[in-house]
Amino acid sequence: MIENEAVLAQQFEIQGRDFNHAGNISTTIKEILQETGIPPSIIIRTAIATYEAEMNVVMYADKGTLYFSLAPDSIRIKIDDRGTGIKNISLAMKEGYSTATNEYREMGFGAGMGLPNIKKNADKFKISSCPGKGTTLEILFFLNNSEGQ
Amino acid sequence: MNLKKIKKELDLKILSSEEGLDKEVSGAYTSDLLSDVIANSKKNFLWITLQIHLNIVAVAQLKELAGIIIVNSREPDSDTLKKAEKEKCLLFSTEKTAFEISGKLYQLLKGK
Repeated sequence: MIENEAVLAQQFEIQGRDFNHAGNISTTIKEILQETGIPPSIIIRTAIATYEAEMNVVMYADKGTLYFSLAPDSIRIKIDDRGTGIKNISLAMKEGYSTATNEYREMGFGAGMGLPNIKKNADKFKISSCPGKGTTLEILFFLNNSEGQ
Repeated sequence: MNLKKIKKELDLKILSSEEGLDKEVSGAYTSDLLSDVIANSKKNFLWITLQIHLNIVAVAQLKELAGIIIVNSREPDSDTLKKAEKEKCLLFSTEKTAFEISGKLYQLLKGK
């Protein structure tokens, strides 16, 4: 992952199972980016990936931290969580695969589209996990191209 | 077509404040899976769903949807209504099924 001098950096705490505040962080990040004049196509890709990542922490982890940083040429989102982790990452990356409970599925989550959606919207995506401990996602968006979705 | 006209033509009940009814609608998406809506809906779309929990408001906000139509006369809980009010998200309800309301809205938007 490219490390670049951030012009703006912020960190957010995510509480597992807190559906009342779920989505707030991605909305905040979207609002921050909208004030910078970054192309809307990049903002929406960032907001989608951040929302999916945020929901994953809410549903599958005890808690997590989201690090957001904006550099002159990129947006970087890193999410570290403490939770169940992912046993088989390649399976989890497969569209349609989900370990969501019935309760979550009834709420319209657990479509098995979260991680694939993140990957699809990101310019660079890295995932690592330690079962029983937690998962780390690193998502990068380049500001000098608005390709992708 | 704006929301006001759609509301009238489809006989929708409004559950949120009426602020923003002049918003133009560019299309619609029908689904109960949130990630599917996030992936496939577009700005200024109406979203037709049976989901009533408060996370639907976050999805609508994220994708800048024109509003949400809740089908089968399902009633959102007070948290959802409060959040919709706060975020200025337009919520409608209909006694029709997702199939019926989607069909009617399709006809209306495509002018057939």
